Amino acid sequence: MKPPSFAYARPGSLAEAFDLLERHGEDAKVLAGGQSLIATLNMRLSSPAVLVDVTGIPGLAGIAAAKDKVRIGALTTHRAVERSAEIGATLPLLAQAARHIAHVAIRNVGTFGGSLAMADPAAEWPACCVALDAELVLASRAGERRVKARTFFRGLYETDLKPGELVTAVEIPVPGKDHRASFMELARRVGDYAIVGVAALARAGAGKSGKALTDVRLAYLGVGPTPMLATQAMAAAEGKPAADAAAAAQAALDRDLKPTADLHTSAAAKMHLARVLTGRALAALAA
Amino acid sequence: MNARAELPLHAPGTQVDKGYIGQSVPRENAKRLLQGRGSYIDDLRFPRLAHVVFFRSPHAHARIRKLDLAQAARQPGVIACFDGRAVAEYCTPWIAVLGHLKGIKSAPQHPIAIERACWQGEAVAAIVAESRAQGEDALAHVEAEWEELPALTDMRESLAGKYVIHPDLGDNVCFKRELVTEGFDAAWAKADIVVEESYKFGRHTGVTLEGRAILADYNAADHSLTVYHNTQAPHMMQDIFSRHLGIPEGNVRVVCKDVGGSFGIKVHVYADEMATAAISVMLRRPVKFVADRLESFLTDIHAREHEVTVRLACTKGGDIIGFDLDDLTAIGPYSVYPRTSGIEGNQVVNLTGGPYRHKHYRAKMHVVFTNKNLTCQYRAVGHPIAMALTEAIVDRAAAEIGLDPAEFRRRNLIPDDAYPYSEFPSGIKFERLSHHQCLDKLLALMDYKELRAEQAALRKQGIHRGIGLAAMIEVTNPSPAFYGVGGARISAQDGATLRLEPTGMLTVMCSVTEQGQGTDGIFAQIAASAVGVTLDKVRVITGDTGVTPYGGGTWASRGAGIGGEAVLQAGRALRSNMLDVAAAILSADKAELDIVGNEVVNKLTQEPKLSLAELGRIAYFRPDTLPPKFQSELTVTRHYTPRDYAFTFTNGIQASLVEVDPDTGFVKLLKHWCVEDCGTVINPMLVDEQIRGGVVQGIGAALFEECLYGPDGQLLNGNMADYLVPMCGEMPDIVVAHVETPTKQSALGAKGAGEAGTAGAPGAVMNAINDALAPLGARVTVQPATPERILEALGKV
Ligand SMILES: Cc1cc2nc3c(=O)[nH]c(=O)nc-3n(C[C@H](O)[C@H](O)[C@H](O)COP(=O)(O)OP(=O)(O)OC[C@H]3O[C@@H](n4cnc5c(N)ncnc54)[C@H](O)[C@@H]3O)c2cc1C
Repeated sequence: MKPPSFAYARPGSLAEAFDLLERHGEDAKVLAGGQSLIATLNMRLSSPAVLVDVTGIPGLAGIAAAKDKVRIGALTTHRAVERSAEIGATLPLLAQAARHIAHVAIRNVGTFGGSLAMADPAAEWPACCVALDAELVLASRAGERRVKARTFFRGLYETDLKPGELVTAVEIPVPGKDHRASFMELARRVGDYAIVGVAALARAGAGKSGKALTDVRLAYLGVGPTPMLATQAMAAAEGKPAADAAAAAQAALDRDLKPTADLHTSAAAKMHLARVLTGRALAALAA
Repeated sequence: MNARAELPLHAPGTQVDKGYIGQSVPRENAKRLLQGRGSYIDDLRFPRLAHVVFFRSPHAHARIRKLDLAQAARQPGVIACFDGRAVAEYCTPWIAVLGHLKGIKSAPQHPIAIERACWQGEAVAAIVAESRAQGEDALAHVEAEWEELPALTDMRESLAGKYVIHPDLGDNVCFKRELVTEGFDAAWAKADIVVEESYKFGRHTGVTLEGRAILADYNAADHSLTVYHNTQAPHMMQDIFSRHLGIPEGNVRVVCKDVGGSFGIKVHVYADEMATAAISVMLRRPVKFVADRLESFLTDIHAREHEVTVRLACTKGGDIIGFDLDDLTAIGPYSVYPRTSGIEGNQVVNLTGGPYRHKHYRAKMHVVFTNKNLTCQYRAVGHPIAMALTEAIVDRAAAEIGLDPAEFRRRNLIPDDAYPYSEFPSGIKFERLSHHQCLDKLLALMDYKELRAEQAALRKQGIHRGIGLAAMIEVTNPSPAFYGVGGARISAQDGATLRLEPTGMLTVMCSVTEQGQGTDGIFAQIAASAVGVTLDKVRVITGDTGVTPYGGGTWASRGAGIGGEAVLQAGRALRSNMLDVAAAILSADKAELDIVGNEVVNKLTQEPKLSLAELGRIAYFRPDTLPPKFQSELTVTRHYTPRDYAFTFTNGIQASLVEVDPDTGFVKLLKHWCVEDCGTVINPMLVDEQIRGGVVQGIGAALFEECLYGPDGQLLNGNMADYLVPMCGEMPDIVVAHVETPTKQSALGAKGAGEAGTAGAPGAVMNAINDALAPLGARVTVQPATPERILEALGKV
């Protein structure tokens, strides 16, 4: 488990980083927290000739909360998100999700942008960003462009990132005051990637028979090649009181999710667990 | 973790010298290890050190059509490349059988496979390079062509002989054993109730912090081989290197540095380690191999993997009449050298029904070959299987009769006054056990009645808690009956040398080794107590065949009971010799003197007479001042072998409290208790942590750990992300308490404690889960009990 040898560069600016990426093309790989990348090198699953360590580029880390939007720099660590009072106040979904990501030592180093670029289908941040309808800020020599999280994830470990492009930040619209968030996942051990998880969001308002859920958003992790936005289940739950919303969403979920088995859990069990979590998350939103 | 329920006090009647025995003193080496100043094999730097990496079979079973190492040999830093034939010139193959396991058979195994690979991960070529990284780079340049052969992965297909892995052996049965007690059928026919159930135990492995590691340094000048090796049994390995490499035993020295955990994984002969030693001879230079994590999963021995059907017959009053066992276990393509892979199944036959006083027993057991990694002895060998299946079927019987599981056990556990007990139907003999004392203590400790009431109340609220009990016995302090009688050159005896230094310090050299479990610490306690010095005066040296007495090492819960007794006897003898010197210096009567707190004192008044530093100074530097002809003897060696019983059994009982989420199949471990009897408790803190660590590994087996193989024999989860070792986040508080029934075979009275936790925990947890599931009409009988398996049992997937 020794990585093949590689060259290492630590640019001090975005421009320098773009130069390096351009010069080395496919042979270069961006290094952020290294918590996913280094493992793949050690296991010789990839062998880039050059690692371009972006952690020396100023301005890419940090959280800036405006009234209706929160901007999270790509190099912001998982831990920084977890401990941010602003995130706790504006985006409780992220605060809830953070503690499920790996272990503290990894959260201290791993980055928000790295997790999105990695696009592990069982990772927490991608599903949260999809649920929150976040927008990724991507930068390259050609300039900046913005891509919705809902279109950024294209397949298994596959994103809309183009060669030479970096994730620089993520902008997340702050849901309204009466929105509630619930993040739940099932993992065999604390810190493991989840078997299945759900990032849920809804407005809980007064309805005819108790609190009704509107603007329901359900994004799942661990049950597809990408984070899965369950549009059918969301539509089925929309406007219903919690108990009905849960039953309706669970019944519709088959149309959204086609999980494949992982090493320890069959597709059928994953589907079952996704339904269980759906019920629990919607109940929590209405509680 | 909880405070201990009760401080285990020194057992009355034990013949040990008081002092530190029974005290939770911190061990000396902990500071060094925790500060990162331990020194492991991989820390060694030698001039001309070469690193070997192995090209391993990607197939579970395949003939090597072509193996071309020429390109690899040309890569930067590569020193040499070898195939199996080249290495076989320097190292003879082995066949792992034992005389007392009648009929056991296996095929010759070479350090590096020749012609054919029999499991995915078996080494088929070695590349020696200036660095490990260069070696790994060169691996990509090995050209191999394979003819894939059918891979046998299913043990039933193996038993049925779908293919025969080693055609010369005739079939795939490595070992089988059948046993039936006299009058079995007649007794069985009288049973009111017979319960039957089948269980499956997954394959798992012992994940050590430090991987297997060896640095072999052959010196052609004097035809000597020094092997730095993180083995548990340095003298056994000295003998094996000597015989298989053709180097006189006296020229082979095995040195263990600090060892980062072993659990039985490091007590075996590994082909790649033998190859490393052979390559050192071939290249006449030091060669190092450290298994990385991926190699560890592919080649460190695996364990367990049983499919068992067990029946229990009892009267309607609840008295067990007997057990009927049919066990099938698979071990990979070779029996592991030199202990064999027949021991685990043999233990299951020996130990099933272990805690109980039934009279009848029938057992059938088959050990078969498969094309997966080899399995062999891992912590608690056979016990977790025997205890779990016994305790699960006992719970079934109790439920059938309508008796509380604790009550059913009380009825059937061998009475505490029935010892020595030689009526156990498998033939094993018990010197003295304390099942009933342990049961009573456990029930009080956990407040069993209160827990049952709480469980009933919570069930009404839809909360499914379960309480599981598992009584157990454990093989410890084995006599030569374990291996020696079968022809294995494995010492059942251990020795200790104690030397008083001129400054009054005490050096202890013992043949039992330290793997991180604290053996050195308890030897210091025993030596200090026996001689009469304070702990800070004692230094302990273990793990060096060039230095310590000859002995067996660390395995089968024998370190404290056997090595500790040797230290105690050596300490007593040294103390007597020291008093001779003191009497000579002081012109006093030896009988009036004693040694307390580093001083020779007057026995009656405790008045200090002479410091040990002064005694040492005179004995070593001014013996001219001593009476003529007086010769001091301040180095003493003593040995100890248990002889009266084949094994010194211990006993205990565990309980697990869990909550099962019937919607998700997730099990939450709420609490765990263990009351065990390891005889004299030398260091309560160390024993408790041994128990806790053992329980955690047992919980791993029950809930998490499993080596998953595809139908083609590929290991699917050989890494730390996909192989789930138990971690602290899921572990419950583990409450530990002791009953002390010292063995009368030794003066120390210590039995083993290292494996008890692992032996009982899988049964306790499985019973707790099934207790929680009982109102839902479901049972899980497969370990590990994954959420998926629990959901299946509940009919939800
Ligand atoms: C034991 C363990 C457990 C884990 N468990 C979890 C878990 O439960 N949930 C979870 O979500 N994650 C988990 N992780 C992964 C962790 O969260 C990583 O930190 C994260 O996936 C990647 O972030 P990073 O900053 O470490 O990226 P790196 O490892 O440095 O990079 C990952 C990939 O993203 C690319 N990349 C990184 N940053 C950028 C960027 N700004 N622009 C473009 N490309 C970029 C890299 O080139 C690389 O391909 C675990 C990791 C470990 C070691």
